[in-house]
Amino acid sequence: MPVTQTQTPAVDGWFTTGDEPRLLASRCTTCGDVVFPPAPDAAAAFCRNPRCDGDTIESAELSRRGTVWSYTDAQYQPPAPYIAPQAEGAAYAPFALAAVELAEGIVVLGQVALGYGVGDLRVGAEAELVVETLYADETGDRTIWRWKPVVEMGEEADQ
Amino acid sequence: MSGDGVVVAGVGMHPWGKWGRSFVQYGVHAARAALADAGVAWDDVELVVGGETVRNGYAGYVAGSTFAQALGWNGARVATSYAACATGAQAIDTARARIMAGLCEVALVVGADTTPKGFLKPNAGERYDDPDWLRFRLLGMTNPMYFALYARRRMDLYGATQEDFAAVKVKNARHGLANDNARFRKEATVEDVLASPVVSDPLHLLDICATSDGAAAVVLVSEAYAARLGLGDPVRVAAVSTVTPTFPNTVMDMPMLATDSTAAVAAGDLTFKESIAVAAYEEAGIGPDDVDVAEVYDLSTALELDWIEDLQLCKPGEAESLLRAGDTTIGGRIPVNPSGGLACSGEAVPAQALAQVCELTWQLRGQATGRQVEGARVGITANQGLFGHGSAVLLAR
Repeated sequence: MPVTQTQTPAVDGWFTTGDEPRLLASRCTTCGDVVFPPAPDAAAAFCRNPRCDGDTIESAELSRRGTVWSYTDAQYQPPAPYIAPQAEGAAYAPFALAAVELAEGIVVLGQVALGYGVGDLRVGAEAELVVETLYADETGDRTIWRWKPVVEMGEEADQ
Repeated sequence: MSGDGVVVAGVGMHPWGKWGRSFVQYGVHAARAALADAGVAWDDVELVVGGETVRNGYAGYVAGSTFAQALGWNGARVATSYAACATGAQAIDTARARIMAGLCEVALVVGADTTPKGFLKPNAGERYDDPDWLRFRLLGMTNPMYFALYARRRMDLYGATQEDFAAVKVKNARHGLANDNARFRKEATVEDVLASPVVSDPLHLLDICATSDGAAAVVLVSEAYAARLGLGDPVRVAAVSTVTPTFPNTVMDMPMLATDSTAAVAAGDLTFKESIAVAAYEEAGIGPDDVDVAEVYDLSTALELDWIEDLQLCKPGEAESLLRAGDTTIGGRIPVNPSGGLACSGEAVPAQALAQVCELTWQLRGQATGRQVEGARVGITANQGLFGHGSAVLLAR
């Protein structure tokens, strides 16, 4: 392993890290509805289910794998507050993005893992969560969740 | 229609473009055109509803008041609406409700915008509680990327092609040639669209609408006032739908990072966009089979195909068949975007839903020279904006 700088999530409390990272949702303790991104303030976590008056939430890990709802890419660099990962003066490298439906019945957007593009994706295919560097700032690398296409045995030769 | 309906007495627009002037100037131009079209004196207007623009400072936040002052204070009541892309329709809804309640007889609705160049982007600052800011910071998620997600689903689920999307542009470009208020009046070929750069796969630059300056205004009056104006067989507002989604909203919506979940409540029968149309049809007692012409929000070419299905003008997955058969072209079974749509105008957010109503009014009056849908008696508009806003306006004669 190369020596790495400090890595911290680009946003607090939205995902776990490590070998098997997962998204963190808010779950209503009354009806079980899950919300992502999680409520920023547990004291103001009113359930979004219109027939539930719950106001207590707990943190819940979402499924790590899901199916692709749709996908695209950004051929042009998005405007601020997006922070481009490339060095000053270096060329922008397009990235892909997928919307992935999880077993909890929620579709979550995410950039697609480094090295994969729209050609590696199709609606209904499987993807799994990984955590990668989004950009670097004075504190070191800032990380984000991403969707990585799941390549089945036998398909790898085609990649 | 009974005697307590609301009549579209006049419509007016300022041409769409990149003029670089104040939105107030455009709005006054459109308002005066609508008042002249109606034959109504400004002094007789009892209510001004402005469509808020969020990019033009305080004057934009109080647009109703801004336009009233610019036209010269006449004591009229004012209101300002903000509903993202549905702003104009919500403003019409406010004016219509006050007329139907008998609280006034004449209302002026105005929307105008001056837009910056390039991608629409969120307000400045570090705003970790604002999904519209977070989607850019954490995902680099621009508006066209959402449009591209919907487009890709049509390809993978229904077999749509990039050539189909390009054909929507070709149709709308041709429709818009005769529209004096359109910004882009130039024919396009499928090859032109496919040769333009890919912005977000599968959408090319010419599949995606621009942002524009522009203004549109509508004068609404009571039936009794219309009779006094001598308006025979006028265009009436048959329905205004501004419903919000029903939980759980399971379609990925701009600017959100995720949908609602179905963990606690199963998804309903209708998507949000379908429910917008259904509410309009139910309110009017008019069905999709009665519709002669539609103006829909083609933020992208592919999105026009989605709307055709959401408005129940065909079944899901069949919009490409309509397009290929020429059904949605002027002269076809159900012409869509005879104005040329956003493809030819570009989007001027607070004015756009009003521009749709202007176009349908001209269509239903038989005044859409060079782009007339012959014999049109019923028209519907549709759009969707950020944060659960959307609208459909049904007009009928």
